[in-house]
Amino acid sequence: MSIRPIFAALRKHKLAAGLLALEIAVACAILCNAVFLIRDRLAQMQVNTGIAENELVWFSADGTSGDAATPIVERNLAALKGLAEVKAVAVVKSLPLSNNDMNFNATMDAAGKVSTPNMQMLIGTSGYLQTLGLKLVAGHDFSADDYAGIDAWQPQSSSMMVTRALADRLWPGKSALGQGFYVDKKRYQVIGVVDHLVRGELRGIASEYVALCAARPSENLSSLYVLRVDPAARDRLVREGSDMLIRLNPDMLISQQGTYGELRSSYFASDRALAWLLGVICVALLVVTALGIAGLASFWVAQRRRQIGIRRAMGATRGDILRYFQIENFLIVSFGIALGMLLAYVLNVTLMKFYELPILPLYYLPIGAVVLWLLGQLAVLGPALRAAAVPPVVATRSV
Amino acid sequence: MFRYYLGLGLYSLRRNPALTALMIVLIGAGVASSMITFAALRAITADPLPAKSAQLFVPQIDNFGPVNGTPDGEPPLMLSYIDTMALLRAHRAEREAALYPVRFSLVPAEVTHAPFTVQGYAVTGDTFAMFGVPFLYGSDWSKKDDTEGSNALVISRRLNEKIFDGVNSIGRTVRLDDHDYRVVGVANDWNPQPRFYANADIHDVSEVGEAPDFFLPFARAVNQQMTSRWGNFCPADDYSKDSDWPAMLQSECVWISFWVQLPTAAVVQRYREFLDGYAAEQQRVGRFHWAPNNRLHNLLPWLDYVHAVPEETHVSFLLALGLQLVCLVNTIGLLLAKFMRRRGEIGVRRALGASRRAIYAQFLTEAGMIGVVGGALGLPLTIFGVSSMGSFFEPRVARLVHVDVSLLGLTLLTAIVATVIAALYPTWRAAQVQPAWQLKAN
Repeated sequence: MSIRPIFAALRKHKLAAGLLALEIAVACAILCNAVFLIRDRLAQMQVNTGIAENELVWFSADGTSGDAATPIVERNLAALKGLAEVKAVAVVKSLPLSNNDMNFNATMDAAGKVSTPNMQMLIGTSGYLQTLGLKLVAGHDFSADDYAGIDAWQPQSSSMMVTRALADRLWPGKSALGQGFYVDKKRYQVIGVVDHLVRGELRGIASEYVALCAARPSENLSSLYVLRVDPAARDRLVREGSDMLIRLNPDMLISQQGTYGELRSSYFASDRALAWLLGVICVALLVVTALGIAGLASFWVAQRRRQIGIRRAMGATRGDILRYFQIENFLIVSFGIALGMLLAYVLNVTLMKFYELPILPLYYLPIGAVVLWLLGQLAVLGPALRAAAVPPVVATRSV
Repeated sequence: MFRYYLGLGLYSLRRNPALTALMIVLIGAGVASSMITFAALRAITADPLPAKSAQLFVPQIDNFGPVNGTPDGEPPLMLSYIDTMALLRAHRAEREAALYPVRFSLVPAEVTHAPFTVQGYAVTGDTFAMFGVPFLYGSDWSKKDDTEGSNALVISRRLNEKIFDGVNSIGRTVRLDDHDYRVVGVANDWNPQPRFYANADIHDVSEVGEAPDFFLPFARAVNQQMTSRWGNFCPADDYSKDSDWPAMLQSECVWISFWVQLPTAAVVQRYREFLDGYAAEQQRVGRFHWAPNNRLHNLLPWLDYVHAVPEETHVSFLLALGLQLVCLVNTIGLLLAKFMRRRGEIGVRRALGASRRAIYAQFLTEAGMIGVVGGALGLPLTIFGVSSMGSFFEPRVARLVHVDVSLLGLTLLTAIVATVIAALYPTWRAAQVQPAWQLKAN
């Protein structure tokens, strides 16, 4: 079947067809960008924190002050360890994605000339690597002597570990073991490399720039208790753990507590919210576009009943009529998509002003095109079938 | 005549119930989507202190320098204790407020009650007048309290209700950590959002929500070595001074929010010059090794500067507008089809003497009816969307958003205006119909 008569007919409805194409174009631009944003958010939400997420329970308290902090916190840890189904316990300075981290810059030389990128320092008490479930890829764990005191915020022990990402950044192509950097003239030396560990907040490529140190509990390391537990017992241990801490320390204020899953989920609350919102907008957009196509097509069918009858009377099959409307829709949607690809890029550039967003990948465009073509065909199917059902006898009746 | 057009419109709309319903749904859904996201945008970009914002400014002094500072060369958002004291002493602004957040555990007088955490701010005396904090009972503390750092305390109405059952508690004692404070004032509801004055942490979830529980004298907090809840931000050279209080006060660590009230443009200019002079002086005496790099932002530009508005809010508003645009284009197409199908009717009306104006009036009335009904559908959708916003927007935004009469009015107005605009072109086409040609064709 030739396309020429369809073009000729469309020229009679330039404006209506143009509006439909414009609508498809705007829908195409929004869809591509919204889906891109959603995927960007979802990708962030998949981040591997490097810890045993579904086995962790935590309590954030106001901390213990004075010299008695060490024995008190050690007693608390021992009591928590004694609870059923608790595998390991520790006090740490912060947790990944807790929006709370201790950041610092070090220097690569004693003279303080070459500085490192900004890093996070994570400090924990005895056995915290096992408690968090961190995986060592080189070197060995801290020794008992490494769990020493803390001056101001700096651990006294010079042993530290780094994440693989940080090791690759500071000593590319070399083994990190035995290397070191300086903080305020004090040298810290790498004794181990950790596979993955994310900071208190995501910072792009610097998200895993973490140095890990060891210290015994003290005033400066007494507020964040972490328990590694049997996943099935997590909720119970959140209750039992806080009851235990309050019983042992009646003055203690536990400001926050929960499973690690809850902490992670609250970190991504805004990303999830945006993804949902955009998802709803996308669905609404698809529905509205489909309704628009179907509505206008129905109208055209009703308007052309007589012409359809004539065509049928002159020998056109039902299939011919059906295909006529399908091809017409395909042409309009194609115009819309062509314009929409342009609009998609304009919108992308506009969004980039507000937003740290990469440029829209090219492969979104053909996917968007296919989706809209399918949507168009689906929407036009009903009206087109109704058109095909118009009997030839209509041609003989006056309107 | 208008009633006649209403009747005609109603008749026409009833003749095509499916098409009419479709247009109503499009208008309703489109306007609701943009109104829901607009409500969020409006809530978050609202002026937190409309009566005062034009006069409130944040001075920033670069005491970090190019080596320790941020890569983009912007000075720190807060001031060091040295600079805070210097600016307070110089007293070049009409009013000045230095403040930082502190947290205590409050031990209730009855032993049966468990202690609980309270959050508030250590502030200098001007703060109350400058930020317009209203008082339910009492007032702010005296000049003497302010300079000596006495144990005076202003508590929020909410805290007053919690621990004193809402009675006038002036002169009563509140125990915070290990110290007794005497209540000199009860602040009436004062909770501007976002918390613009929380310089370091406007983004922080904990900085949005309930009003601060209390205010205590800045000098008191410093004397008692109370650390800021935000923590300190220190240049690398001063890391070691972080936890040694006297050394920290003399260091370049920044931890204090500083605000000034400058009534006129001329005063603002003079204050700018004063800041540059101060920084130049610091450079001359060898404290800064770089040229003055100061900022003085007014409140609203400041909110922009610190990106107080989550970017999600802009993006979702923009995309929702796009959705409404699609709905509108859709409506134009449907109206066009609908109106053009009635060429015959138009031809008859024109032949019987109806002017073009009358055609305009008739068809715009019909479109307006669709707009009204679409807007009426948009109202419950908007209310539903805003009330379930907690699951779409992050909690800190959702908490600020609410439905009010103006939002509902705007919903209805937008729906009607948008529909009438959508109807302009189809109506124009309808009015162009040549009666003679139509009559002949039929």
